[in-house]
Amino acid sequence: MVGSMDVPAKGGFSFDLCRRNDMLEKKGLKVPGFRKTGTTIVGLVFADGVVLGADTRATEGPIVADKNCEKIHYMAPNIYCCGAGTAADTEAVTDMVSSQLQLHRYATSRESRVVTALTLLKTHLFSYQGHVSAALVLGGVDCTGPHLHTVYPHGSVDTLPFATMGSGSLAAMSVFESKYKEGLTRDEGIELVCGAIRAGIFNDLGSGSNVDVCVITKGKTEYLRNHELPNPRTYASSKGFSFVQGHTEVLSTKITPLKPKPEVTVGDAMEE
Amino acid sequence: MLGHKPSLPLPPHRTPRSAVSANLATPAMSIFEYNGSAVVAMVGKNCFAIASDRRLGVQLQTVATDFQRVFKIHGKLYLGLSGLATDAQTLYQRLVFKHKLYQLREERDMKPETFASLVSALLYEKRFGPYFCQPIIAGLGEDNEPFICTMDCIGAKELAKDFVVSGTASESLYGACESMYKPNMEPEELFETISQALLSSVDRDCLSGWGGYVLVVTPTEVQERVLKGRMD
Repeated sequence: MVGSMDVPAKGGFSFDLCRRNDMLEKKGLKVPGFRKTGTTIVGLVFADGVVLGADTRATEGPIVADKNCEKIHYMAPNIYCCGAGTAADTEAVTDMVSSQLQLHRYATSRESRVVTALTLLKTHLFSYQGHVSAALVLGGVDCTGPHLHTVYPHGSVDTLPFATMGSGSLAAMSVFESKYKEGLTRDEGIELVCGAIRAGIFNDLGSGSNVDVCVITKGKTEYLRNHELPNPRTYASSKGFSFVQGHTEVLSTKITPLKPKPEVTVGDAMEE
Repeated sequence: MLGHKPSLPLPPHRTPRSAVSANLATPAMSIFEYNGSAVVAMVGKNCFAIASDRRLGVQLQTVATDFQRVFKIHGKLYLGLSGLATDAQTLYQRLVFKHKLYQLREERDMKPETFASLVSALLYEKRFGPYFCQPIIAGLGEDNEPFICTMDCIGAKELAKDFVVSGTASESLYGACESMYKPNMEPEELFETISQALLSSVDRDCLSGWGGYVLVVTPTEVQERVLKGRMD
């Protein structure tokens, strides 16, 4: 087999290791689970724009991998996207479309439209037939008004006045269905979104920790990170552990000083 | 005689001896449990510590007790790789190659955040045929601000302000670090804390242990220590 140089990839996925991984699976080794954001993500349209909300728990099977992760991703100054599903997929897909939108803004000299982001996302997800497992709630305000959409991993979209996705979506939808009405004010909208996310946090095991909110109106976006912290840590003792120095048995020690970086200064011009 | 012998269950199909696993007596193990590993990183006051166990195993047999899992990228940036050992070494070689090219082009070292994005992109590229590794990246930024992050085997970054864990002992490590960690520890106390967290966690995991290797990095020096642990 000719040794291949590590040529820089032209972009997209590389399937080099698939054959080896299939062979390992046949030998009886299980493929690991990926980090998921078993999640509650919601969005609603109010009088002046869109409010998005998300919880902040990332899980790896039954273990909480991250107690305060960010699930509301930036797409454009006026468009944000909440992501549920496999964490790497939601991050990669939203990053990719965000870059494409920026290039499009440079090419057209116009503010990005929500439907542009929507089309880019759904064509990408459809072409991978659901294997890129990203379920998204996309919301924003552009020149045509406020918009809220949901995108499913297989590439289908819905346009809705209020939407929920993720494992906690049923808990959150119950709050929306009972209390949503058209023409909510900004504060009512935020309170409703927080109520829906709290329903997910407390009733769904895959969601937890804090509530993140993002309010998008014409010309202004506010990202309220950790807007509510309904689960403070109460079990830590104030003293904490303290280990006496020398407590741990050490076999060998090696200390290497770090060389300070040489300062490069612009000197005088050389004299002939 | 019309006796109808009940059919015996067929013996399990023994695959021919191969480099991967000569012994299929254990039922389907996760690929992460093939070699066994434990890596943890913690943030202190203007310093960070990264530690790993030293066992290399082939399923339940120990093959080496001095295996390196924490690799240096540059003076203030270290990479810990848990999971399948062969993928850990390949990934480390690929990343060092990319970092050396970066150093030649930019005439400087990579910032830890940039390196984390590089690792994430490299892992996500292999989304449908991944490297079976969970990296932990730990470094000091430009202003000597410590940075740690971990990701799953397809590159989902998790930035943390306190500690990150990975490997077969990760569940125990989560518990130990959650209770032992304190913010703003000095290097000596950080060393003791991370060592105790590592040793107590690997003692509850059959597949990792056999000593520990701890690296504490401050803006002026790097302290490497090998810990004495239970050799079982």
